[in-house]
Amino acid sequence: MSPLTPLDTVEHAAKSPDSPQPWAELGLKEDEYERIREILGRRPTGAELAMYSVMWSEHCSYKSSKVHLRQFGEKAPETDALLVGIGENAGVVDIGQGYAVTFKVESHNHPSYIEPHQGAATGIGGIVRDILAMGARPVAVMDPLRFGAADHPDTRRVLPGVVAGIGGYGNCLGLPNIGGEVVFDDCYQGNPLVNALCVGVMKHEDIHLAKASGTGNKVILYGARTGGDGIGGVSVLASETFDAEGPAKRPAVQVGDPFQEKLLIECTLEIFAEDLVTGIQDLGGAGLSCATSELASAGSGGMRVELDTVPLRDSSLSPEEILMSESQERMCAIVEPGKVERFLEICEKWDVIATVIGEVTDGDRLEIFWHGERIVDVPPRTVAHEGPVYHRPIARPQWQDALIADDPAALARPANGEELREQVLRLVSSPNQASKAWITDQYDRYVLGNTVLAQPEDSGMIRVDEETNLGVAVATDGNGRYAKLDPYTGAQLALAESYRNVAAAGARPLAVTDCLNFGSPEDPGVMWQFAEACRGLADACRQLGTPVTGGNVSLYNQTGETAIHPTPVVGVLGVIDDVTRRTPIAFREEGQLLYLLGETAEEFGGSAWAQVIHDHLGGVPPRVDLERERLLADILINASRDGMIDAAHDLSDGGLIQAVVESCLRGGRGARLVVPEGLDAFTFLFSESAGRAVVAVPRSEEVRFNDMCGARGLPVTRVGVVDGDTIEVQGAFTLPLAEVRAAHERTLPELFG
Amino acid sequence: MTARIGVVTFPGSLDDRDAARAVRLAGAEPVALWHRDTDLRDVDAVILPGGFSYGDYLRCGAIARFSPVMGTVIERARAGLPVLGICNGFQVLCEAHLLPGALTRNDHLHFICRDQRLRVENADTAWTRDYTAGQEITIPLKNGEGGYVADEHTLDELEGEGRVVFRYLDLNPNGSRRDIAGITNAAGNVVGLMPHPEHAVEDLTGSGTDGLGFFTSAVKNLVGIA
Repeated sequence: MSPLTPLDTVEHAAKSPDSPQPWAELGLKEDEYERIREILGRRPTGAELAMYSVMWSEHCSYKSSKVHLRQFGEKAPETDALLVGIGENAGVVDIGQGYAVTFKVESHNHPSYIEPHQGAATGIGGIVRDILAMGARPVAVMDPLRFGAADHPDTRRVLPGVVAGIGGYGNCLGLPNIGGEVVFDDCYQGNPLVNALCVGVMKHEDIHLAKASGTGNKVILYGARTGGDGIGGVSVLASETFDAEGPAKRPAVQVGDPFQEKLLIECTLEIFAEDLVTGIQDLGGAGLSCATSELASAGSGGMRVELDTVPLRDSSLSPEEILMSESQERMCAIVEPGKVERFLEICEKWDVIATVIGEVTDGDRLEIFWHGERIVDVPPRTVAHEGPVYHRPIARPQWQDALIADDPAALARPANGEELREQVLRLVSSPNQASKAWITDQYDRYVLGNTVLAQPEDSGMIRVDEETNLGVAVATDGNGRYAKLDPYTGAQLALAESYRNVAAAGARPLAVTDCLNFGSPEDPGVMWQFAEACRGLADACRQLGTPVTGGNVSLYNQTGETAIHPTPVVGVLGVIDDVTRRTPIAFREEGQLLYLLGETAEEFGGSAWAQVIHDHLGGVPPRVDLERERLLADILINASRDGMIDAAHDLSDGGLIQAVVESCLRGGRGARLVVPEGLDAFTFLFSESAGRAVVAVPRSEEVRFNDMCGARGLPVTRVGVVDGDTIEVQGAFTLPLAEVRAAHERTLPELFG
Repeated sequence: MTARIGVVTFPGSLDDRDAARAVRLAGAEPVALWHRDTDLRDVDAVILPGGFSYGDYLRCGAIARFSPVMGTVIERARAGLPVLGICNGFQVLCEAHLLPGALTRNDHLHFICRDQRLRVENADTAWTRDYTAGQEITIPLKNGEGGYVADEHTLDELEGEGRVVFRYLDLNPNGSRRDIAGITNAAGNVVGLMPHPEHAVEDLTGSGTDGLGFFTSAVKNLVGIA
């Protein structure tokens, strides 16, 4: 595709049917190439081939996952909260008072392994533009991250780069980073997961959609110039596994400029405020190919684009390269002719380059011209929405039974108080359970002045309205170890935890976004994991009444034959009428009573304890009871609203002791714990039974709180009191808070500082 | 009469809305100033907010210093107009030579966001009169290039003339010389600091309300003059 070769026009393609084409190099399968020829009734031109290859890539077309994703729509619970559902750039949720919130999580896994800094940075940039394109002002970001072993030398390359990339880009955009996750596991060694979530806020009437309609309306490309970076990002990077050998793929990673994106945000919001666009789409994966074909496909007419008018960073780019480029910080808008002048004025005010590159036509074709010659003439739906659909073979892996049979009940347990004490310290200082402040302190959590809660809280919380104190809370969770043992249950546990985290902060869960990170779809075992996880998540969303509004699938996260743990990451958005009633995790008041909500069983399959103490993964994950999760959430929300609790922390990996340690350290207070009757100290401290939380209740509220839980049928157990400057488990051990803090906080600085 | 305090928006300014909120909470009227305008719209004081003006290309604040609005700000500041530079705004003030010294990359090479304890060393500037000398306050700090440097002579002069306005306590977060977090000019009307008082004006968000004093100081100052 050198620019020196003669231009491959539509006419030329029709006359030269047998001219060889690099479809395989562009990632297309032979039958896919044949189907393109069938659709067009001729061979595609080079430019058409480029467009189809990126748009039919796994990343853009969801060709392996589509048949499983459908159930998120089919099984979706009835809800009045959803204003825009799956299929747009992001879902939109009604939070009341005329406000709508849009949120979505996406992956930028493959680029972040190759070039951690830019890969992670442009991951933020992409998701922020998705939110912006819906008409919303982006108000916060979160980053669920997964890396290989914490002490592996390559993690020292990848992690600091990813963190600096997220910080460098997000901090310069002026978006608070309010949460996320950091998980280490060998399985992510060659395939780190860098997911990014963005939340945006708008008024109902400001919702914008990605469609081109109205014959004669202008197509305006605005933002950064188009360069040669990121060509083939989606087809070459995100849709293939990594080989141990093979050429460096770094040129396929895009390079970000947060300053340009900040201007794009302010400029676009001003354009929205003056109601100047009829349709809008951001340029992300597959660049102009995606934006033009999706806008035309979703609209009522056709589209004509003069590709040679696109402002370039590199004048030697060929038309194919321009169509495939994933240069960042670009948007495409459909504008009525009478509004073009004002549109361009606003762009000029913000020093944003804007160019009319085409118009909406009354036909049904997407036509692209290069210096007057027609190089693309396609039905846009065939590019954007009618790509291939695969029913990939599915087979439950043969090793699954052996994995489940490897019961953690056989693992040696601490024999006395001294061993318990030592294992608690090992747990809370292990990389997965240790403080993540070394990472999160590199992110600005304060900008915009509306951050009510940020990590290490259970969820991030943002004030939406300064007058009424309406707000939203968002949490993301996922546990690949649970999902490896049972992908159906693992996906449900991810949702349950995220849902619980939002409720623990006092917000009512409303909607879900998911990022499904898996290995190669060409492996039937991986496809089984994927199918089971989708089924589990869709079933659970129906039961909890929280629809999936959108998200992203990332496949091919594997190196050679080794796939990552199946890792469905689930984000839950909740609403809170009055953010001043939020519940933090910190135990701050001496004498407050600690109550454990929910029931504790001996559940250690996939637990942090089994990983840290025995390097063990086997058995079954904790049991899921979604009705219990619902009840627990109701109790937490009511208790927050009525002022019955001053702190709440959900129980998940690491169990009760992990939650108590975090809440004590956050509040700078100790706690005295009593092992409840019927439980042994070990199970009490380390079990990971789901559907639980620990809360701090002021003594004056004790009766009222117990009455409420009793009336609703939620089991509650008084397990201790906030007290002193030690964490004491009566009859077992005492740990000075200072010693726990040192152990918890030094791990990451020692590894990466 | 309500005091009018201008908040400049450069391309890449991030904390301009926060600064305007702080001004409002202090009882004054925030006035938006645009980088391309030379007119300061009759404001009684000016805040240069945090962010990454003009992408912080070249050096932090180096391009902003040459913007049209800064031409007027520099002129008026020399004539006594109260000017507060926060973070990137402090960098702009140094580049504009309204304040001596410069801000360099944090010595640990990372961006850092933390609730920072400070000691108010000088409670006699236009922006610190609502504090008392020696008072300890906590406000958020968030920067990648916040290491304050100047030659020894300048540092001695700043110390000698009481122009070190804030000093870091507990931990020097960026390698600043002599733990300096903020300084003032000889007249006391121009103050620059790296930490962000505008993120400490409400109990609900930020690190508390220790930052509100900056803005109430300015308001009282202005009403006093009026």
